[in-house]
Amino acid sequence: MDLHIVGLNHRYGDMPVLDGIDLRIESGRIVCLIGPSGCGKSTLLRLIGGLEQPTDGAIGQIGEPPDGCLNPLTYIFQDFALLPWRTARGNISLVLEDHDLSERETGRIVDDVLARTDLSDFGNAFPRQLSGGMKQRVAIARALAVNPAVLLMDEPLSALDGQTRALLMDDLIGLWTREPFTAVYVTHNLQEAVRLGHKIVVLSRRPGRIRDQVAINMPLEDRPDAVAELAQTQRYLWELLREEAQAADRELADA
Amino acid sequence: MPDARTLAGQPVMFRGGGFAPRPVGPLGPAVFIVVIGLWEMGSRIGWIAPLVLPAPSEAFAALAYLFETGQIWRHLEASVSRLVIGWSAGMALGVAIGFAIGLFSIARSGLVPVVAALFPIPKIALLPLFIVWFGIGEGSKIATILFGTLFPTVIATYGGVDNVDRSLIRMGQSFGLSWWSIVRKIVLPGALPAILSGTRISASIAIILLVAAEMIGAEYGIGAYVLLAGNLAATDQLIAGVAMLSVLGLTVSWLIGRAERYFLRWRS
Ligand SMILES: Nc1ncnc2c1ncn2[C@@H]1O[C@H](COP(=O)(O)OP(=O)(O)O)[C@@H](O)[C@H]1O
Ligand SMILES: [Mg+2]
Repeated sequence: MDLHIVGLNHRYGDMPVLDGIDLRIESGRIVCLIGPSGCGKSTLLRLIGGLEQPTDGAIGQIGEPPDGCLNPLTYIFQDFALLPWRTARGNISLVLEDHDLSERETGRIVDDVLARTDLSDFGNAFPRQLSGGMKQRVAIARALAVNPAVLLMDEPLSALDGQTRALLMDDLIGLWTREPFTAVYVTHNLQEAVRLGHKIVVLSRRPGRIRDQVAINMPLEDRPDAVAELAQTQRYLWELLREEAQAADRELADA
Repeated sequence: MPDARTLAGQPVMFRGGGFAPRPVGPLGPAVFIVVIGLWEMGSRIGWIAPLVLPAPSEAFAALAYLFETGQIWRHLEASVSRLVIGWSAGMALGVAIGFAIGLFSIARSGLVPVVAALFPIPKIALLPLFIVWFGIGEGSKIATILFGTLFPTVIATYGGVDNVDRSLIRMGQSFGLSWWSIVRKIVLPGALPAILSGTRISASIAIILLVAAEMIGAEYGIGAYVLLAGNLAATDQLIAGVAMLSVLGLTVSWLIGRAERYFLRWRS
């Protein structure tokens, strides 16, 4: 299933946040969305997932979601958004309970996604017992449980420390290489963007417009050994971003 | 050459510590025993006039007499049943109204001003009105307790619903959970800590109103027993009645503590 975003504008009150966004999100590819903070990345992601309605423009789904897909557009949040009163298993089964699945089927899905995220031993742990990285793994497992057509990730690693971030990045790449998924990945980290993105979309400062789209054709699994080539792309992206970030940073919050 | 382990210069002064009171073993019960012992001694020596304050042993004897005659069960049954009926009805209604205010704009704008206007009225002032409406019997007593516990419960509940993490609700919506699932599995457990701490407040209000309501036109009940003892200047019975209230209050708060530990076991 592809997503097609056409002429998207969005404003909060009088404040334009997104301006004329045209974007295609292709099946089986990861689109990374970067831009200075406050430029409307999270807003764009909420619009794509149908949590908010755009002021103007449209987002279309082209093609059918895969078989057995319970929730085509599925988020992974920066703050994990796990229910503290449910165990890891409970948090995953939460999103299956509204679908007509037998107990056995639910159990099978939960076991499967726990295994895929290396969490089999932690099914009965409550979120407070888990580290940040483990919590985000649970959230990833929960997202995989509904077999999504497109994963929408809003800075999923930003709340984690450096080492945990690197580990989870490897996990995400592992998941993708074993079974390619479609994703929109918002980040402000250029390294993450060049490591994970098939296409990198650079937004300008608010109101967010698309400054440039950079395609990286190198397969994900080759990228750890191509640091030098990626560094060049990263430098180009930083050139684009630098000015925007600087200008955004100097704007008064209430101006 | 100086020994590396001898200190050169001034030692750094320690200035942390404190501000961390811990329970010290059996100090609590010891204070109880000492106070009651001094009181008993004062009464026996004659420092405390028996009419002003009876000796603990006399109050204890009055309590024992209540057990002997079996009267205590009639008083307790009357009081506890009023408390349970009035309080649980007030809680149920309060939680329902609190959820309505927390979830629906119409209920919020329509009911919040009403709640704000009625909450500060001491409900005991409404007792005469309730007697006119519901009669001098059980109806007016239960209505007083119900009304008294209703408002704190409403306020605690909608405060709890308001404070449920919106990002969790957004998560529920993003996974396509039904409205009812979100309310049941996200909003309700999220508001539960606030509702349970509201329970403590409403329980203490319920006991106050229980005693007050039983002082008007009740044959049995701890309040009636205490009032009668006062009228007869039977201070030993009065103290016995007050002790029963203390035990009742402690029992209720113990039960709430158990409920909290059970329902909020995910917290730590
Ligand atoms: N619900 C909202 N109401 C009003 N303004 C909002 C809302 N959400 C975001 N904004 C504003 O829109 C702008 C873009 O926000 P956001 O999409 O979160 O940026 P980013 O994720 O790129 O940092 C910010 O200036 C923010 O203050
Ligand atoms: Mg954001």
